[in-house]
Formats: sequence, C-alpha cells, structure tokens
Amino acid sequence: MTCLPQTTTRKLGLVIDLDTCVGCHACVISCKGWNTENYGAALSDIDAYGAQPAGTFLNRVHSYEVEPANGCATQTVHFPKSCLHCEDAPCVTVCPTGASYKRAEDGIVLVNEDACIGCGLCAWACPYGARELDAVAGVMKKCTLCVDRIYNENLPEEDRVPACVRTCPSGARHFGDLGDPSSAVSQLVESRGGFDLMPELGTKPTNKYLPPRPKDRLQGVASEPAAGPSATGFFAWLDRALEKI
Amino acid sequence: MNQPIIDTSPKVSDEVRKTTCYMCACRCGINVHMKDGKVAYIEGNRDHPVNKGVLCAKGSAGIMQVNAPSRLRAPLRRVGPRGSGQFQEISWAEALDTASDWLTRIRKTDPSKLAFFTGRDQSQSFTSFWAQAFGTPNYAAHGGFCSVNMATAGIYTMGGAFWEFGQPDWDRTKLFVLFGVAEDHDSNPIKIGIGKLKARGARIVGVNPIRSGYNAVADDWLGITPGTDGLLILSLVHCLMAAGRIDLDYLARYTNAPLLIDDATGLILRDPDDRPLVIDRATGALVPFDQMGVRPDLNAHHPGHRTVLQLMAERYLQPEYAPEAVAERCGIPALRIRALADEIARVAFDQAITLDRPWTDFRGEKHDRMLGRPVAFHAMRGISAHSNGFQTCRALHVLQILIGSVEVPGGFRFKPPYPKPVEAHPVPHCKSQPDHPLDGPHLGFVRGPEHLALREDGSPARIDKAFTWENPMSAHGLMHMVISNAHAGDPYRIDTLFLYMANMSWNSSMNTRGVIEMLTDLDENGDYVIPRIIYSDAYSSEMVAYADLILPDTTYLERHDCISLLDRPICEAGAAADAIRWPVIQPDRDVRGFQTVLIELANLMELPGFVRKDGSAIYRDYADYIVNHQRKPGIGPLSGYRGNGDQTGRGAPNADQLDRYIRNGGFHVTHIPGNAEFYKPWNVAYQEWAVGMGFYDKPMPYLFQLYVEPMRKFQRAAEGHGERQPPDHLRDQLRRVMEPLPIWYPPFEDGNVDPKEYPLHALTQRPMAMYHSWGTQNAWLRQIHGQNPLYVSHKVWQQHGFAEGDWARVSSVHGAITVPVALHGGLNPDTVWTWNAIGKRKGAWALSEDAPEATKGFLLNHLIHELQPARGDGLRWSNSDPITGQAAWFDLRVKIERVEPQTECDPHFDAIASPVGRGPKYLIWKVGQ
Repeated sequence: MTCLPQTTTRKLGLVIDLDTCVGCHACVISCKGWNTENYGAALSDIDAYGAQPAGTFLNRVHSYEVEPANGCATQTVHFPKSCLHCEDAPCVTVCPTGASYKRAEDGIVLVNEDACIGCGLCAWACPYGARELDAVAGVMKKCTLCVDRIYNENLPEEDRVPACVRTCPSGARHFGDLGDPSSAVSQLVESRGGFDLMPELGTKPTNKYLPPRPKDRLQGVASEPAAGPSATGFFAWLDRALEKI
Repeated sequence: MNQPIIDTSPKVSDEVRKTTCYMCACRCGINVHMKDGKVAYIEGNRDHPVNKGVLCAKGSAGIMQVNAPSRLRAPLRRVGPRGSGQFQEISWAEALDTASDWLTRIRKTDPSKLAFFTGRDQSQSFTSFWAQAFGTPNYAAHGGFCSVNMATAGIYTMGGAFWEFGQPDWDRTKLFVLFGVAEDHDSNPIKIGIGKLKARGARIVGVNPIRSGYNAVADDWLGITPGTDGLLILSLVHCLMAAGRIDLDYLARYTNAPLLIDDATGLILRDPDDRPLVIDRATGALVPFDQMGVRPDLNAHHPGHRTVLQLMAERYLQPEYAPEAVAERCGIPALRIRALADEIARVAFDQAITLDRPWTDFRGEKHDRMLGRPVAFHAMRGISAHSNGFQTCRALHVLQILIGSVEVPGGFRFKPPYPKPVEAHPVPHCKSQPDHPLDGPHLGFVRGPEHLALREDGSPARIDKAFTWENPMSAHGLMHMVISNAHAGDPYRIDTLFLYMANMSWNSSMNTRGVIEMLTDLDENGDYVIPRIIYSDAYSSEMVAYADLILPDTTYLERHDCISLLDRPICEAGAAADAIRWPVIQPDRDVRGFQTVLIELANLMELPGFVRKDGSAIYRDYADYIVNHQRKPGIGPLSGYRGNGDQTGRGAPNADQLDRYIRNGGFHVTHIPGNAEFYKPWNVAYQEWAVGMGFYDKPMPYLFQLYVEPMRKFQRAAEGHGERQPPDHLRDQLRRVMEPLPIWYPPFEDGNVDPKEYPLHALTQRPMAMYHSWGTQNAWLRQIHGQNPLYVSHKVWQQHGFAEGDWARVSSVHGAITVPVALHGGLNPDTVWTWNAIGKRKGAWALSEDAPEATKGFLLNHLIHELQPARGDGLRWSNSDPITGQAAWFDLRVKIERVEPQTECDPHFDAIASPVGRGPKYLIWKVGQ
C-alpha cells in the first residue's frame, strides 16, 4: 500500500472541451512521440507491421454516439482519455511497492519505473482504464502530464505545457492549476459547466471535461420574405430597394 | 513521504531543424528535434503561417514514416512479369541510362508517346516545366481525380476557390457553413479555425451525409443526400432572393450582376473595345462597367437584353427551387432549409461588421471603411466529386457572392497570389512535334471552343482527353482516365507511362482490378499493351509491382522542395508565404529526390531550358533549380530573400536564398498592408502590392462572374454557331450542362442505374489521422485506423437485420465486395460509407500478409468504374463531370445484403512479392540514451 499526500500545493491537470474536440488523434500521437523519447521506458509497439499491432499509449481518443432525448439526429462525441490525476487516486493506494505516487507539489500521479514490478494492480484499480503495462519494458506506463516538459528549462516558456496541449489543433485541451479558482482553466470550468468523470466513484479527478453545447437548434424562420417568391415581385422589390441605395 | 527525485529539465535535443511537413498535403511547419544526428521528436513550428505551432496526428507520426521499413532502397529493374513484385536492384547510372534511352527515342519521333502524370506532387510548376521541355502534351497531376471542380468553378466564378486559394476570416466570422466530406483539406488550419469559432461561441453548420469529425462538433447538422448539395444551395438562393436578403450594393459594384445579356445570343453586351457595358443608374446611359463614378443598374432596361440579376431572378424564383420542392430529394426538411437561409441572412445583414480602414476601389471611388458580412463557407471533395460537381461548386460560390461575403471582413478571403481572374491564367497548350518543347503550358483555362486541346482532325490531342468536347474545362487533366485510355488506344496508343507518387494500381484508380488487368494486358505479339512504365515513389506501394523501372524517391526529411507561389502556395489571407524542405537527415539508402532525378534525366536528354547551347547543365540538382530558375526575369520559385537578400517577390537569384530560408525556420512571409487586406479584386492598394510581388504585371481588377460567358460559348457551339463544332453525340450534353448560370441536375449514376435496385449512396472519407495510402506503413497511425467497416444507417441496419460483427455483400452495377459492417447513427439514412484507402494489397507497404489492412480493410474502388455503363453506341463515356472531367467518385449507388461472417474481405488478390521485405515485430524507439 502506498500513501497519498494529505494535500497538494497545486492541482495541475487538463481541461478537455468535448464541444470542440474533432477526434483527430493529434494528442494521441504527439503524446506517443514525446513519451517514447522521454520519461522512462519507451512506449513500445508489438507486431508493429503485423496482424495485431499493439502499442502502449498514454492517451487515446474514443468516440461515442449519443441519441438526443428530443428526437434530433444522432450525435457523436469524441472523448480523449488519459490519467485524470485523481486526488483520491486508487491506483496509488493499491501499489504494493510505492512505485505509483502522487506528487505533493503539483498533484501529478507518476510511476517510478525503478520500483515498478509490473504487477498491474494499479491498472486494475483505476476505474478509468488510464494505465497501460508496456509489454516490452514490463513496467506500468501512464500520463505524466509531461512532467519533463512543464518545468523544463531547456524549453521556451510557452512550450512548458504537456505535448498533447501544445499540439491540439482545435485548442480543445487546456492545462493549468485547477486548485486555483482564479486560474484560466478553473474559470473555463466555471463558465462552461465543466464536470468530473464518474464523480460517484469518489476518486476526485483533477482533469475536467467541458460538455458539448446543445445542437440542432436551427428550426425556425424569423423574418417574412420582402420580395416574395416570384420574379415579378422581386423586380418590384428591386426597384424600391435600389432607390434607397 | 519520500518522493523520488526526477529530472524535470532533461535535455530535449541537440538541435532543432525546421522544415515543412509532408505527411499530408497541408504543408505545416515542423520542428525536427535531432539527437545524435537522428530524428528524435517532431512538433509544430509556432512561427509558421499554416499551423502556428500545432500539428496533427500524421505530422507527429513523421518519425515512423522516415524510418518505415517500406522505404525503397535502390533503383529497381523488373525481372518477373508485371505485378509479380520481382525486381533486381540496379545502379543509378543504369537506371538513368535506361530511362533516358527510352525517353529520348520517344522525344525524337513523337513526344506524345510519353504520358507523364504526377500524383500528390507538390512541385507541379517544376514537373510541368520539365514536361513542357520534353514536348509531350500528356502531363497533369492528380487534380482531375481530386477536386478540380472546386478549383475550376472558383476560378471561373470569382478568381479562386477554397483551401489554397482562400479561407474563412476565422477571426471575424460569426457563421461558418461547411459543405461536404472535408476532414482533410486543409487539415490543421480548419481545426485551428473551428477552435477559434468555438472559443467565441460562433455557429458552425455542417452539411454532410456523415456526422463525424468537423460535422460532429457542428452546432447544426444537415444530413444531406449525396449529390444534391447543388439543389440545396439553389434553394437557399431562392429563399434569399425571395426574402430580398441579397447585397445589392456589392452585386452592382463588384459582380457581373448588372451586365447586359443579349436575349438572342446569351453573350455579354460590349463596346467595340470589348469592354462590358452597363446602364448607369445616375444617367441612364450605356457606359463601360469600369468607368469612373459609374453606378451600374441591376434592374436596367435595355431593348433585347436583360441583366444577369434579372436572369437569376427569373430562374431561381421558380417554384422548383422552393424548399418544399427540394426537401425530399435533399433529405432535409423544408423548415430546416428555410431556417438555414434565414440564419445566413440574419448574420450577413443584421450582424454586419465594419473595419475602419479607408480604401479606394478600381473606379477611383474612396471608401472610408470596410463593410463585412460575417458568414463564411468551406467545401472540398464532398460536393465536387460528382458528375454535377462543377455546377454545384459554382452554385456555392454564387451563394457567397449574393450575400456579399466574399473578400470582405468576416467572410471568405482570398490568399495571395489569388484572386486571379481567368484572364490571368494561361490557356491550354497541346502542340507537340519531334525534338521540340511543347508550344506552351499544358494546363489552363479555356475561354471558348477555340482553346480546346484538339488535333487538326478534331480528335483529342491529349491521352486523357482533357479540354475536349467531353469535358471542355478540365483544367487539371484527367489522371483517372490515362491508363484506361492508353490501354484502349483511345485516342491513341502511348509508349511510356511515367508516374510519380500515384498509387494507380490500387486506391488511386477507379475499377482497381480492371486497371491491374490493363497494366498487365498483352497484345497479339505477347508484348504489354502499355509497353513501358516508369514509376517513382519513396515506398513499397501497390503500384511499384506494375512498373518496369523504379526510381526510388527520398522521404520528406531527406530532400529539397519548395512550396512555391508559382505552384500550390501556403499563403494566408493577410500574407504571401512560401517555404522549403531541406535534407534535415541524409538518406541511408541509395535513393534520390525525384525532382533531382528529373533534372539529371533532362541533362542527359539535353532538354531545352535545362542545358546551355554547349550542352552543359544549367542546374545541378533541384536545390540549384529552386534558387536559380527564373520563370520571368526576377521571378523564381521562391519569393523571399531575392537579389542581395532583402528583396521580396521580384529580384535576381540569390545564392544564399536557401540558407536564409533555413535560418528563418524554413519559410518566408510577407504581410499585405492593412488597407489592402480586403476587397482585393477591386482594391487599388492590393492590386499595386500584387504587381510589386510579381503576381500580375499590371493591376487587373475584375468582376465576379455570376454568369460565366465562356460556358455560354460552348452552348452556342452545340447550337451550331462557330467554326469549331462538337460531334453530334455531345451536342445535347453540352447544351444541357454548360449553363452559364448555376443549375442542378441529378448525378449521372442516378440515370444510368435503377435507383430502386441500387437504393443506397456509397461514399468514402479520409480520416484525420491517415493520408491516402501513406499512413498504413506508419506503425503508430495504423493502430488508429487498421481496418475499415462499412458504416450503415439505423434504417439499413434494421432493414437487413444486421447485428454486431456482421458482414455484407455490397454491389454496384459494376462489381461487388464483401465487407464487415457497423452501425453509424449520425448518417443520412440512404447512405453507406467507409474510410478511404485503408485496405491494402497483401505484400505491399512492408506489412505482413495477414495484416488487418489486407484482410479486413477494403476499397470501394472495386465498385466504381472509370466509364459509365455502355450505352450501345460504341462510345466510352467517362464517369466524370462533363464540364471539368473530375472523377465522379461519389455518384456511386449500391445495394447491400447480409452474408455469413467471413474471415477476409472479397475480392481477394494474390500477394505481391515485397521488394523491401517485412517490417520488424517489435519497435522500441528511443533515439537518445
């Protein structure tokens, strides 16, 4: 068993806008690229050119269809999912070696690969399916919130954000301190009705999702036709209208 | 608690090299992080005009592309039969000697025996220059099977179209209407734009049979029936005209709406100097349209003539265009159509915006501000890849113009060097003779029948029959007809087919199995009907197996390229921009950049323009050409750092130019002055800036062409006027389709097959994380899209009793496939669709033969023929738009039936031998230690 910090100084996390995410997978591959080259073991791929390619990813996009209650057309929601850096992270408390831990200074949940025995208990405990055991390295991999980018003094300041946030073409991913009510991400959550994923589980995720806005509302006509649906009516209107120019 | 100490500031890379992506056609700027001389990580370049730092999945996966096991390694000579994949590696000396020997013989006897077609080529201004020097009329790139309808309709209507020609004013538009299957072009800029709209709560409307991707985030989705977009758009035009919600001031000043059309001829009334005439509202006099101070009268009365706007009212206010009349056909309730028209009008006119920027128009009138209509549209292949696509694209451009939203704040904005009227473009050239260059550029814009590419006997001059009566305005050629025509000897036989980056034996052809048979078919002597095939590609694509000689290209990080203003530029609405690629890594194989190989071939053949009088080479390689070639004095492939390094647009070649580009991040940007940023076709400040940049030689303001007179000229020819006359069998078609005001007619497939027997429309669309066939060899991307079910609607799912895991047999009038099915609720009920180009031939791309792409992935191409069904007249009618020749991919109609679950898709093809072997089982890709 591993202990969680009582509190963390900051609560760094992501805000993901489901109204804006077009499901392009840019975040998935940017994450794969950065985290293959950086923190810990490479994210491997097995049967990379074969029948059942299976690689380790720290972030995946799922798509769901939603049937609206009002009878309007079926909608699709693109749903990127990675570690939510929970305040009450069951993946940490279940870890038998202390390899999984939550950082006291910023709340990021990490795996110390040197201490990880690859038992997989944490992946089992995570209700979100956000951890993947790398089949080659035999260690548990998970979103690090790019801890090796966000403080990295070798990067320009504007690039000190997670790789997925830096690359997101539609700007659907936001990074910041969700423990600070005045931060841009907290304001965004406040104004757009951001929500926790599966709050009933009591994990208190740091990451938030912004809901899709209501759709298919163009259903009526406000104005009356000025010219009328005939060429004669149009020409009469045209002469009147041209007089006014 | 003891936390491990971790290094939060690891070294990121030894060096960052900035170049241009080529994982799709978008051409974003990338930062390539190098470690130990190897590519370690790729991210977007924040300073780049296209992507501004962001990068899509394809771009970030570039590291898997430059290291893909499918890369060709050396020139290859075929040793087994075509299609076997059996090759022998040869030296470059032997490869170049072989190619130049074949080509020289052709050039000295009949250059038209060479058909040189390039696929996803980004160097068309160079490849066309080479083909022109060679002297064959048979050159084009892939536009004919891509989106030529959109481009050509845009040029003829308003001097530019979407994507490379222009973009929405993302920072100001309040209503964005997206038509058609457009998850790709252009990739990142649309996503960035959608993000901007979403961030400020602007409305996005998607008109698309399929609700995925951009349409999934659209605020409103209109699940239109494929092929009816033009009808919907003309119904919107009907509503807007009936409502009196059109921009009369804009139409009078900047379009040909007030021009006078002769009732007898349908031609524009002109003065003896050929200047179109209008009636001035102030004086009632007949005066040239561009005279200082003239106020053209939209409702003018002149005996025997009507204004264009009067003609439009007479046509579009007919009840056949009322929403109630089109609703069923379009698959959209009439109320939704009326609501969309109302919303367009509300935003355009009730939420108009102004910028306090004074400007002067071409008539000399000064304006103290810029009025904007914040409604913007975008569309690409979805509406254009139909046999009615040209007229549909025209209709969309006309709709934008009617509400005055083109080239104004908040609307659609051109990107330099556009706008360019038809008059600024060349006409097609096709006169070839032995040992001579062609008489001019191959591709262009016909103004009338006099510019068709016909031989003296009236037969087509080009192998693809571009610029003929069958498709007069085929400005990008018809690459999809080349192999079929060459095999049929119609209009003539060729000797050598030379292709670059075009997977014509697989996903880039209609009728894939038929094309494979054409490529391997033997004549009565046992020789191949298409005698020689040369192919250049960087990868082991399906097409490699069908060529006799392979010239292996480099990957995009190993080469020089220029993204040129002479070609398909990457500009922004507010800036001219161009860019380069440069070898950020060196090839570890015996491969060469294709453009350099073309120069080496030109030098061996001593082609004009490539060698001096003494036979010595002018250009060493492509990099040398990029810097030193001058299209006109002072104007070359790259606009930046010319002369002594501080000249832009015009200037002498500068030996340091490529270094300057590299130091600047691989690109160059020149901003348009603020008072020239809008109203570009009519804005004196823009016109002068464009002349300074070398886009025009003198200012050339023009009117938007709601009525396209060159089309009327083809109709008149079909009616019997003029010297050049169409063959009788094409007169009806020309009269019907070459309407100078937009019309809608049903896709040809609807008339060629029984819609009751084939009740479903079948489409493909490209996923955002995969580009054509290229992505499949990419170990990361193929984990996102490794197979492709056929998606069907609730209606079809229930009708056929499908359950999860089921398979179906899908048939068209041409063929049948057996494939896995899946339910997609957000879908037009009578449409089925799948992802494009996921299916692969066994043995290609260095994949194992049991890869899901080869077993569960499939192509719809097998269901689509390049010809329409035979009519019994002995003629070959191409399955293309009859105006431009654009491949009508999306006309396809199918029927579907449930079959027992299969282990593999049908049709099956034998595996081809791989010239590069198979990829490794494990990838553990960490470059740094």
